[in-house]
Formats: sequence, C-alpha cells, structure tokens
Amino acid sequence: MLKVLKAGLYLSIQDLGRFGHRDIGVPIAGAMDVESVKKANLLLENDENDAVLEITMTGPTLQFDTDTYISLSGAHIVATLNNEPIDNYTVIKIGKGDILSYGRLEKGFRGYLAVKGGFQSKRVLDSRSQFYPVTKSSRLKDGDDVPYAATTDYEPKISEVKIEEHFENTILKVYKGPEFSLLSDGQLTEIFSKPYSVSKENNRMAYQLSELITGHSHSMLTSGTLPGTIQLTPAGRMIILMKDGQTTGGYPRILQLSEESISVLAQKKYGDELVFKLV
Amino acid sequence: MKSYPISIKPFGERAVLVEWPEKVSESILADILDFMDAFKELKIPGWEMSVAYNSLTMVYNQDHIDFEETKNMILDCQERQAKSKTERVQHLWTLPVCYDLEFGMDIEETSKTLGLSIEELIEQHTSHQYVVYGIGFLPGFMYLGGLPSSLEIPRRGEPRLKVQKGSVGLASKQTGIYPQDSPGGWNIIGNCPVDLFDPSKEHPCFVKVGDKIQFESISKAEYELHKIEGEVGIYEPEKVVLNA
Repeated sequence: MLKVLKAGLYLSIQDLGRFGHRDIGVPIAGAMDVESVKKANLLLENDENDAVLEITMTGPTLQFDTDTYISLSGAHIVATLNNEPIDNYTVIKIGKGDILSYGRLEKGFRGYLAVKGGFQSKRVLDSRSQFYPVTKSSRLKDGDDVPYAATTDYEPKISEVKIEEHFENTILKVYKGPEFSLLSDGQLTEIFSKPYSVSKENNRMAYQLSELITGHSHSMLTSGTLPGTIQLTPAGRMIILMKDGQTTGGYPRILQLSEESISVLAQKKYGDELVFKLV
Repeated sequence: MKSYPISIKPFGERAVLVEWPEKVSESILADILDFMDAFKELKIPGWEMSVAYNSLTMVYNQDHIDFEETKNMILDCQERQAKSKTERVQHLWTLPVCYDLEFGMDIEETSKTLGLSIEELIEQHTSHQYVVYGIGFLPGFMYLGGLPSSLEIPRRGEPRLKVQKGSVGLASKQTGIYPQDSPGGWNIIGNCPVDLFDPSKEHPCFVKVGDKIQFESISKAEYELHKIEGEVGIYEPEKVVLNA
C-alpha cells in the first residue's frame, strides 16, 4: 500500500479514462495531461493505461510499505525521497518505509507518480480514474491507502529519458466546433488576435478564461460535449471542458481543442496566458 | 418510415456530431434510435454514441478518424437503416415521487406562480408520460420532454448550492430528477427515492433513451419504505414494455 500522509491540494488516482459510458452521462475522467502519464508509464515498462497519481500544484507526502520502482513526470515540483532530491523521468528504486514528499512548484501545474505495475485500486466501469459518484470520492484524502503490487527484482531497460516538455508552449491548437459558424467576423478577430488568460475557475471539469468576448443570444438544444470542447456563454465567456467535464451542454461549441493541446492546457494555472491557433 | 435529413460535422480528432432537424420530436428521436441500431449491427468495435434530443455524438475511442471516410460510413449506414428495421424494446417506467413539503421545498411557491393548487400541480405532473430524450449533465440525469405547458415555470433566479439527490424539479419546458447532490436552479417539487445511477450494478442506469417515465405520487411512509428497499437492493421500479 501507498499511505497518503498528506494529500496536498488535489491528489487523485487516474488512468487514461473511462470509455464507453457517455450514453449514461459518465464523463471520461482520466489524467489531464495524457502525454506526461504515458511517458511515466513507459519508463517503468507499464501499460500506458496503468493507473498513476495525479498531483496538483501542492504536492502530497506519501509513504510506501513495500519495495517497488517509481517514476515521476509532468509538472516540475521539487520532490524528495527520504529528504534526498529526486528528478522527473528517472526510474527510482523504493524500499519499505520510504517517504516521498513534494515541495515547491517550479513549472507546470500537474505532476504524475507512476509505480511499477500501476496502482491497483478497484476498477469501476472499466477504469480506475476517480470520479464521484462512479467511485466513492473524486480525490484522495489524508490517511487513504492506495494498493500496488511489490516489485523487488526489476532491471529497468531505460533508467532515464530526455523529454521534450510542453510547459513553455502557450499555443492551443483548435479545430472548428459544431457551432463555429455562429461566430461573427468580429468575434473571430477577438478570439484569434489576442492572448487569453486562465481564470480562477479552473479545475478537472473545466477551465474558464478571464477575458470575455462579444456575447450572443443564440439558444440551442442540449447536445454532446467532449474534453476540449470550448463553449461560449451568452455573456461571452469561453469555457473549455476538461476530463471531468459533463457529457452534454447547452452552450454553443465554438471550438474544439486538439488532444495534444488538452495536455498543454492541463499544465496551465490561474493567470497563465494562451493564444488560439486554428488548424 | 422515411429517414430525416441529417448533417454530419467534424468534432475534434476522433468524433463526429450527427444532427437531425432541430426539434424536440418523438419521431426524430425514433429515427436517431433506428440509425443507432443499424450502426450497432455493423459491429465496429471502439465507437460509442450518445443521444441528446436531435443529435448524436459519435466518438471513436481507439484512434483519430478520417472525417470524409467516417461521413461516408454514416451515410451508408443511414441507407441500410431504411432497409433493415430492428425491433426495439422500450419501457414505460413508473417512478414514485413524494411531493411532501419536506422534499418539495418550492412546491407551494411554484403552484402559486402557476395558478394551481398543490393537488392540481401533483395531478398534472403525474398524469403525463415523459420521453427520455437524452442522458447527460450528471451520470443518470434524464432529459425529459413532454411537460404540459401549464407546468412551465422559469428556473429560480438564484441557483441553490446544493440540491438533494432525488430532487424532482421543474424548469421551463423540462422536468427531471437530480441523480446526486448537485448545485441547481430548478424549482424543487418533490423527491424520488429510486437510485437513478448505481455504478455497482451491471447496468448503472436502468433507463434508456427512448423510454418513457411517468411519476406516481407516494406518501412519506411509502417513500421511507422504498428508500430502505433500495438500500438493501430489493426495490425494482415498475415497468411495462411499450409496443414499439
């Protein structure tokens, strides 16, 4: 078991997501920054869908109760193992009783902790991703235990990788959304000619942008939404749905983020600036 | 039956949005469900589909898609649909609702605004069958159509931070049940003791799009009984097969 001594701001178990249940209103959930998760799992020769911990800004303090190997990826958050600094994207051997703790956030917003073989929490509706009410809670709390299998005799084929990171990237690639044609020339110019910043309202469900554009009075029947769908409210607010976002919505879907850009956005926090690029 | 015209739009790298005429209509919904049945018969793994009123979101979970290729596949499927009509089993579910003031905290104000007595409001709410036009917003939340115009009331000016699980509400042309505690702006007139989303079950949501719902007024004692029956897993909501 991995014992959560301190959970930090928002700690949750995530795999690549829960697919095949949109028809009953279940969001995909899953890791926000898929690219970083895949790399952490790759280093440990895990399946890319193996469950990891997603760490948000303020890291947790965690204790391992049996031998294993781990790798860290995603945001640069100063991490120590028994008070010795450790790096992202290296395979690290863990012994019984070891304590992993996180400190200051340097770059990005969401970090990942992968363990050899993946975390073994209960799979519900084909996924281990935490999302209430599919799982009992959307996040881990102080004192929770997360199961994993012991590994003692592992020879990592790769012990370290050099990664091209996306934290400096401020360009969000977007496709036209289903209601793109509702946008006026004026609105198009507003969207594509200046930067937008992430508002305080940003979480696993959605990222709102601080700056408004010209609003609209178009009403439509509720229709499907996806992670990465950019909705425009009548007041001119752009809301970008993320992994825990609802499966249907009633606001015009003006743009759709590329999947790569969802990973880019997942590493942005309040105040970070972004520009849109239509592809 | 002749199929309605559809439009197919790209929706990101692995999804398309298929739209039927923009109307809330049972025959359009039937056409969408016929299309889905025909598509499922093609047995292509990896696709998931979700309906909301006049649209169908189709997502391919396994890879990015080629839009033109997908569009042609959908148009071919619509042609097949006209030829091979499958029989669909649809149900009418009777869901109990306790309209007691303890649960229906807005029922007095709502009935006043609508110019009805509380009894008349309950009578009208329970005497109609509502069509399930989609499931979304929250796991197990049903978009219900067919509310009589006498029960149309705007949503509350200020949404509540917490509406209790099971709450039955009215908002403009819609009525519905909150399947979990949630913030919400609907006018709450009662509570339904039935779990609409239970992830421990093989089918977490027993209702399907295209089914119908009718509400039945129950007493507080019956409410408590159903609640307990639900907790120990012996409550089965009443259903009849609708002849499709």
